[in-house]
Amino acid sequence: MTDTAAPLLSVEHLTVQFRVGRGRVQAVSDVSFDVVRGETLGLVGESGCGKSTTGRTIVRVQRPTAGAIRFDGQDIGSMGERELRPVRRRMQMIFQDPISSLNPRRRVSEIVAEPLAIDGWGTADERGERARAMLTSVGIDPDQTGDRRPQEFSGGQCQRISIARALMSDPELLICDEPVSALDVSVQAQILNLLAELRAERGLTMLFIAHDLAVVKNVSDRVAVMYLGKIVEIAPSDDLYRSPAHHYTAALMAAIPEPDPASARGETLTGELPSPLNPPSGCRFRTRCPAATERCAAEEPPLTQVARGHQVACHFPLARPAAP
Amino acid sequence: MSPRDGADAFPDATELADPLLTVDDLRTWFHTPRGTVRAVDGISLTVRRGTTVGVVGESGSGKTVLSRSIMGLLPTRDVERAGTVTFAGRDLTTMSAKELRSVWGPQIAMIFQDPMTALNPVKRVGAQITESLRLHLHMDRKEARATAAALLDSVGIPSPEKRLRAYPSQLSGGMRQRVMIAIALACGPRLVLADEPTTGLDVTIQAQILDLLGSLQDERNMAMILVTHDLGVVATRADEIVVMYAGKVVERAPTPTLFADPKMPYTRALMDSIPRLSQPSGTRLAAIAGRPPDLVDPPQGCRFAPRCPYAQDRCRESEPPLRTAGSADHLFACWFPLTNGRPSAPLTNNEVTP
Repeated sequence: MTDTAAPLLSVEHLTVQFRVGRGRVQAVSDVSFDVVRGETLGLVGESGCGKSTTGRTIVRVQRPTAGAIRFDGQDIGSMGERELRPVRRRMQMIFQDPISSLNPRRRVSEIVAEPLAIDGWGTADERGERARAMLTSVGIDPDQTGDRRPQEFSGGQCQRISIARALMSDPELLICDEPVSALDVSVQAQILNLLAELRAERGLTMLFIAHDLAVVKNVSDRVAVMYLGKIVEIAPSDDLYRSPAHHYTAALMAAIPEPDPASARGETLTGELPSPLNPPSGCRFRTRCPAATERCAAEEPPLTQVARGHQVACHFPLARPAAP
Repeated sequence: MSPRDGADAFPDATELADPLLTVDDLRTWFHTPRGTVRAVDGISLTVRRGTTVGVVGESGSGKTVLSRSIMGLLPTRDVERAGTVTFAGRDLTTMSAKELRSVWGPQIAMIFQDPMTALNPVKRVGAQITESLRLHLHMDRKEARATAAALLDSVGIPSPEKRLRAYPSQLSGGMRQRVMIAIALACGPRLVLADEPTTGLDVTIQAQILDLLGSLQDERNMAMILVTHDLGVVATRADEIVVMYAGKVVERAPTPTLFADPKMPYTRALMDSIPRLSQPSGTRLAAIAGRPPDLVDPPQGCRFAPRCPYAQDRCRESEPPLRTAGSADHLFACWFPLTNGRPSAPLTNNEVTP
């Protein structure tokens, strides 16, 4: 990643609000980040932290309340449906539940060819040919499977079909929303490897959303950690692992079950995410933070640089280990 | 016979036989229009009092059918069962449905994977917990209510009195799983079967739920079978691990032994497929190619052979028996076992490059 490359995606002060009864909930609250061409940015956090809403707003399934979403220079946050059409082709999304995100009544070959049909691309035969090639490239045999319907497939195969569908319009940006969290670890590894291969072959730019930091780290060049609608830390993947600066990041790491009986079980984070309807004052993590003081309740910590490309929003960040 | 009589047929916890549970050559076959699905095909395992046995395998390995077969929670039609499940000296497979109802709850309880579908959506949480307290322990309404509140408190649910009046849909996923645990533990079971209790939960909540199960288990000297697809989940929580593949046990060992010296390539492959924080970003994961076999027509010989990088002709021809490695408590089924987690030298040359 170079500092000079113009970002393909640039999210600036994004805020997304929902009406809940009489109140309002800010699912995403003043979030900014860039993703440069060819880069994979991971977005990690617990359920309810706003990571999926961020992804959905970028593909404009959801309208932003405030802020800008610049895709290849144009602000798509305020665009109307007609203007969005050509942009939509260039950004695609894959979802957590691969089985329910595929139409159960369609054949696999139809599902995969549909994005081209919507675009009015080629003849039905040409579309079918491209769908077959795409299925092959995600590891599905089109001769054996093209006429079958989604429920005849396992979760891993459905996720491969979803990926094939997403790539049909040759998108530049792929948003993956928890693409492996419903899968077995053995299948999860297959899908993660497939995404890495496709990314290398096609020069894809990706936003990879998940709750498991080990999974996110594996696929991402940089990782942004979200908590209750805000980014609390953002850093290159390996730097984040070597020296997490936010107490929340450290807790997320400690929660990952390492396949090693000798591994020390870290301190478990207590409690759950507070209600986003009424977020804590100051630092939103302070109610679960072992290091919180009065200052954390009074003053919201801004994102500050602690190392090259590594920013954290904490008054009392964890110390960086001495360089080896 | 009142349910209490059934419970009385079991000796007190202090007199319980050890092992608490012995599963011997258990088979559960389903007759379907496609043919016979051999979901559980000759499984033996033992669970000692107060210990945890982890059962690990991919989707389709038969691990969920195994836990349901132990419980006796199987459909009555088109099922063929064989083998024995001995719990505290009594064979559960010969019990009538009525007798089993006195076992479910006070003796053996189950925690299901998906609390949203396992809980009754139109009944308040309180009613779902007090139901078994009133039925099995003959508590009156007030006593059951107080016990239910205490149970919710013990599983870490804040303001339990208030939560008793909530419906499952008003709770978060982690809270619902805590409620499931409270229901399972209500009648003080001696054995808990937890079938993927944390799949679908955030890693932070997963750690909380597993810690909770561990501490409740210590308090109550309760045994547990923890079923999961993730070896990481059982690595620091199980005393012994049973690895299942295609309806069979392929390796079984005390946890430290299994991780230090896996014999079966499948066990090793499951370990390697987990992304680790300590690996640099972009590390290619050692995925296991393909999928578990169709249990209607499993391959001849070793069932893992079609996916095994070290498979030889012998593996495809004859099925390896479960045999001991080094110590009597380490069993594995493989013709060409690994040594210290590595294949023996001549076999490395056979590795299929992906």
